[in-house]
Formats: sequence, C-alpha cells, structure tokens
Amino acid sequence: MLDSSVHLDFVYLDHGATTPMLPEAIEAMTAQMASVGNASSLHTSGRLGRRVVEESRETIAQAMGAQPSEVLFTSGGTESDNLAIKGTFWARQDADPRRVRILVSVVEHHAVIDCVGFLEAHEGAKVTWLEVDEVGRVHPETVRAAIETDPDTVALVSVMWANNEVGTVQPVAEIAAVCREFGIPVHSDAVQAVGQVDVDFAGRGLDLLSISGHKIGGPQGVGALLARRDAALVPLTHGGGQERQVRSGSLDVPAIRGFAVAMRHATANRAVGAERLVALRDKLIRGAKDAGFGVQVTGDWEPGDGMRRLPGNAHLLVPGCDGDSLLYLLDAAGVQCSTGSACQAGVPQPSHVLLAMGMSEHKARGALRLTLGHTSTAADVDVFLAALPSAVERAQRAQVAMRPEQTDPKQMSQKQTR
Amino acid sequence: MRVVAAMSGGVDSAVAAARMVEAGHEVVGVHLALSQNAATLRESARGCCTIEDAGDARRVADMIGIPFYVWDMAARFTSDVVEDFIAEYAAGRTPNPCLRCNEKIKFAALLDKALALGFDAVATGHYAQIVESASGARELHRAVDMAKDQSYVLGVLNAGQLARSFFPLGDTAKPQIRQEAAARGFYVAAKPDSHDICFIPDGDTRKWLTDRLGGQPGDIVDVDGTTVGQHGGAYAFTVGQRRGLHLGQPAAGGEPRYVVEVQPGTNTVVVATGELLGVDAITGDHARWCGAAPQGVVSVGAQVRAHGEEVPATAWADGEQVEVRLQRRIRGVAPGQSVVLYDGTRVVGSATIATATACMATTSTATASTAVTGGAATSRSSTRPPVRLSR
Repeated sequence: MLDSSVHLDFVYLDHGATTPMLPEAIEAMTAQMASVGNASSLHTSGRLGRRVVEESRETIAQAMGAQPSEVLFTSGGTESDNLAIKGTFWARQDADPRRVRILVSVVEHHAVIDCVGFLEAHEGAKVTWLEVDEVGRVHPETVRAAIETDPDTVALVSVMWANNEVGTVQPVAEIAAVCREFGIPVHSDAVQAVGQVDVDFAGRGLDLLSISGHKIGGPQGVGALLARRDAALVPLTHGGGQERQVRSGSLDVPAIRGFAVAMRHATANRAVGAERLVALRDKLIRGAKDAGFGVQVTGDWEPGDGMRRLPGNAHLLVPGCDGDSLLYLLDAAGVQCSTGSACQAGVPQPSHVLLAMGMSEHKARGALRLTLGHTSTAADVDVFLAALPSAVERAQRAQVAMRPEQTDPKQMSQKQTR
Repeated sequence: MRVVAAMSGGVDSAVAAARMVEAGHEVVGVHLALSQNAATLRESARGCCTIEDAGDARRVADMIGIPFYVWDMAARFTSDVVEDFIAEYAAGRTPNPCLRCNEKIKFAALLDKALALGFDAVATGHYAQIVESASGARELHRAVDMAKDQSYVLGVLNAGQLARSFFPLGDTAKPQIRQEAAARGFYVAAKPDSHDICFIPDGDTRKWLTDRLGGQPGDIVDVDGTTVGQHGGAYAFTVGQRRGLHLGQPAAGGEPRYVVEVQPGTNTVVVATGELLGVDAITGDHARWCGAAPQGVVSVGAQVRAHGEEVPATAWADGEQVEVRLQRRIRGVAPGQSVVLYDGTRVVGSATIATATACMATTSTATASTAVTGGAATSRSSTRPPVRLSR
C-alpha cells in the first residue's frame, strides 16, 4: 500500500490530523482540475462536471450505506458538524419551540462542542452533557436517562463514532436505537472512523453523519454530511442552494472527485488495512509500555482488537513529561506526532477528553497521540520506539527544570545541563 | 551551538533569530505563550503575545528556515510575574515586570527548559551586548543604541545565565535593524514597537489594578498629616506621580504636588511639593550581580528606570543588601523599582529599591535628613540616613 514513489526522510505518525493523499486520488483530482465546468451550468461542460459530482456522490453513498440523495457535500468535517448541529436545532425549534435541549457527549471534537456552546450562548439552547466512562465511552443508558428526564424538549443527540484523541469507538447503533424510540434525531461525527471501522449510515439507524476527505487519503477542504431524506435542516449558508437547498456554494468538482476515489479505496481495503494497523498499533503500544518509563495507554486497548479502539490510534501517557517537550524532541528526531488535544496559538490545552475520563490535569499534560495510517510501516514504529527513551529522559528533566522552586538563578548555573 | 531563539513576533527577535542562524548556530524558534487566554489580534502598539503575534513569529521562522514551536509558560508567567506585580502594588511598591520576567521566565524557566531539552543557550532580541573580558568572563554591557538600550531590564542576570545568553542586536541601532528586517523580507519590519506592560493591553495600569484589587477608598494627606483629598486605592499610586490626584485645594504657593509615599498599611497616599521628591540615598535588597559582587565601596552609575538617566554614585553591597549614595538628587524613585548599577557601559548588577531618601548634606554628620515620610523622620539614626519608606 505504501507508494514507492514517496520517500520521506521523517516518520509520520499523525494520520489522525491528516493522512497522505492516495496516488489514485491525486491522479483523479489533478485530471479533473484541467476540465472546465461548473456543476450547476446547463451546457455541456456543466453537465460533465455534474456527472463527476453525481458519480462521486453515488460512490460515497454506496461506501457509507446511504442513498445518493442523502450525501450533501461540504468543505469538511467542521462544516458538516455545524450544519448537522445548528441546522437540526433550528429546524426542530421551528417545528416545536419546546425543543431546546441538545444531548451531546463530553468527548466530542471542538467542531461539535463549540457549535453547542454557540447555540447555548445565542439561541437559548440547553445542553445536557453525556458523561463517559474511564475509557471515554458513552453508555446508551446514559443517553436514555438524559432523554427521559423530558423527552419532548430534546432537539437532537450527537455522539461521535470514534474519538479523535483516544480512539474509543462509541456504541452508535445502540445510542441511535434509544433515540429512535423517542423519535429524536441523532448525529454522529465519523471523521476519524471512516476507513478504520465499519461505518454504515442506514444500518446503524443514524439521521446525520459527518465525514471528511483528508482523513482517508482524499484532499483537504472537502467533506460531506450524510442526512436522511426526512432530516429537516435550516441552512447555514445561503445562495444558490446547490446541495438540496441546504448548502450553497459552487461545488468543488476536483476535490469531490478526489474524495470519492479515496473513499472507494479506503472502504474497499478497510478490513485488510485495519488488521495491518492493529498489528502496528499493538507493536507500538507494547514497545512504549515495555520501554520502562511507566508509559500508560489510555482508552480501550486490547491487543488484536480493532472494533472498540480505532486500529490506527495509540494514545500514550508519559509520566513526568510535558507533551510539548516530547513533541519537540520527537520532531527533532524525525518522528512527527501530536499531543492530541486542541491548540490555542500552538499551545496544547489540557485535553477535555482526558479530563472527562477522570484524569488529572497534571497527568493529562504528558499525553502523546500517535496515529498510524496507510503509509505506516513496522520500520516507522521501530524509529519511534528507538527515539522514545532519550526523548522521555530529556522531557522529564525539562519538567523538573520548569518547576518554580527549581529555578532560583543562583542554582541555575550548577544544574546538570546535558 | 544549539540555540533557542525566543521569538515574540516582533521585528527585533526576528532579526536576532536570523543573525543567530547566520552566525552558524543550530537555531530553533520558540514563542512563549504567556497568557492563558490570548487575544486573537493585536489591538495596538501595546501588548504582545496575541495569536497574531505567534503567527508572525512562526512566519519569520519559516522564512529563515528554522523549526518553530510555541511553549506554554502561561502558568509560570501568571504566578511569577503577574501575581507578583499585583502583590507588589498592593504592598505600596512599584515593580518592573520586565526585569521580573527576565529573571523568572526568559532566563530561568525558558533557559532551564531549553538546557534540559539539549540546547546550549537562549538568544533574544534585547538591545544589550555581551562582551568577553580578558579573563574570559562574559560581561553584560549597554547597547550601542542608547535610545533603545535594554541592559536595565537584564540587570538581574547572573554569570551562569549570561554564559548561556546571546543578544545579537546590541551592536546595531534600531533603525538599521528595521532596515535589515526589510532587506530580509520580513513583513514585521514595520511592526510598531511594543510599549508598556504586555499583560495590560490598553496601558491603563490603574484600572487594571482596580479590577483585580477592588476599590479601597482612602485619604490623600500632605506631609503634615492634613487630609487634602481622597483616592480609590493607595495601591494604584506611585511615588513621583502627579496626575490623577484630583486634589481639591492647591498647595500654598500654588505649586504642583506629587505622591511622595504610598502607605498600604493605612491605605494612605502622601503628597508634597516637588522639592521633597528629590532623593539621593537608596537602599536595595534582592541584589543580583552580573558577575562577581563588588567589594567595598565602589564608584558606579545608578539608573532607576528603564529609560532613565544614569547618575554618578557610590555603592556598597552586603550580601543581598545594597546601599547607593547618588551624587545628586533625582525625583520619583519608588520602592519596588530596580536600581541598576553600571561601571562605564558594563552592568554591575541590580537591586530592588527598598527605601529612597534625601540626605541633608552628604558630607556632614548632620543629625537631620529630610525624609519624605514627614513626621516619622524624627525618630531615626542620622548616620545611616536611609529610612524605610514602605515596607
């Protein structure tokens, strides 16, 4: 699966942020870029562009267990989440103003959490946060209990398919079944899940599903919201109404074509790829735990399992280290990874996911997220494991050096520096 | 050497980083995140550390081809600089947060972290020079551009810190640095200089302090103890301050009056006419020496403000205590400010001002000295004139 034309002089272990584009997707997309044609134009070039869009829509629908008319192209996962959350909230409110509650898990991506925060601050929404267990999982009974306090006031429920930080896969089918009992629409952000676990839109009984192009080997800047035909959505962008009168803006035909090619590839090869990633992930986690620094793995890890945790996700806690020190040291050693949490001006904030799982802020500071993907190899894991010991030793010294009582300038020059 | 270039996003640290690269060092750019909730955009020439500034620093690092990271020092900055700043004002003193930041953050937390991670030194865009003496010691000196000289705020660095610091801009005048930035294609070349205190973006220190310490109405009195006005919190006043007193009645003779003392214990602000502001005897504590501590009485130049004038003086040090006798009186010396001592262009060290008083006649053994504390002046020794003003 590794394209022999790609020679990287670094080890890329941040596929959860974005994964290299598949050569097939690059080829399809660049070929399309040479063609003129607005998919909404009525002449020949327009019809050719439209054909590419509709073929892509069909490809994506088929891969995701949806009908083509249920695929709404967007600019990516964040826009899809915004449209799902805000669009549904407003539509449900229009139908019945009592529906002010949004039930949402505490481990959602900021694209969901901040939407909900916006609706709370400006639109009178009341948020019920769905708690998780120590591996970051939402239990269907938690959703049921939250709905049952007052079912008529619930506008929607949103629980992600798989967590972007710790990789925990949520019981979305069971949660959707609970919502269906009460006739409440349910959304899931599957941006991290597609291509790694079996994502089936209709089969799991969802109303809305967010997906993204660049996490599966497609281009950045394109995604889709899968929305049932009966899902009522108030548009966020107004204009030409290109996508089902809900999402306006000329469609990005080349990106959509690249997205569809990547989707076909990622889902067709998913089972084999997932098995390969599970083996690499387990090798990485075992190696890190055996390195002797007391490294812990967060979330739901069982060797060989690719259903309860994303196959490509390894999320580690390194005691006595700050994630930003580890990130720098590993980057300098040619290993690119992430601390996993959202950034503000490039500074990792304490992860709301880890805090929600009951972890202390201090412990959460040593988080390191390594995410494997289609170009990852056993050699990549070996390079990481070889770089880890000296990185941990230095990062631990740096955290000691940063303690206020240690930084009396009179002491400084006497410190061991190497 | 492997060097961390501290990059604020401004023009000075940008050129400093570029110069370190050209000098052959292996440089990594680091922007310090000092605010727990940074603003998105810079509002004015004041302040720094916005997300826009971090982005400017990142862009410059890209252009000079060095790796770039943001390191979160917000918690340390809050406890060591911002909270210290508030506590000092609450105690009636006037701190200099830039010295404090250099002592506790840039050349302590940042330097220590850099050393632990395998770096050898830190470079900043401060205007100051490090000169190697005949004996090989690294001395801190003023910048050649006296208008921009920042050696004052570096007067807290010890020999160990100086051995691991670089100030690549000290030999160049600021206008040339801007030209150099423009020639290098940095779009921050024309970015305004930052002024004042970075964590008070609108520059209104009194309002900022009032927001945090609350209103504490009290009396403004003259040196005789007569109440001449009211204030909203003694902490917001600084010795030498004239504006913002809003005194109802003018002084006899109509001369302007100034704050001569802040008494946090009684929440009282003492005012007097200008002649009582002049001081020439300073005691300091928290002494820091940029090399060996001076032995015995030494002739120095003393500077009490970042861009204040240097006054000829004698000084002697006793552990962390310093006594400084100025050869002429200067005004507006507040406890909490730093006095930085110079030998020519070399920075000898610094101390935090504890007391500032006036001696009637420095050569005589006169029994009285004019102290700005009014009535309290009668009860103290004459041979050691300095009087503790507000401790």
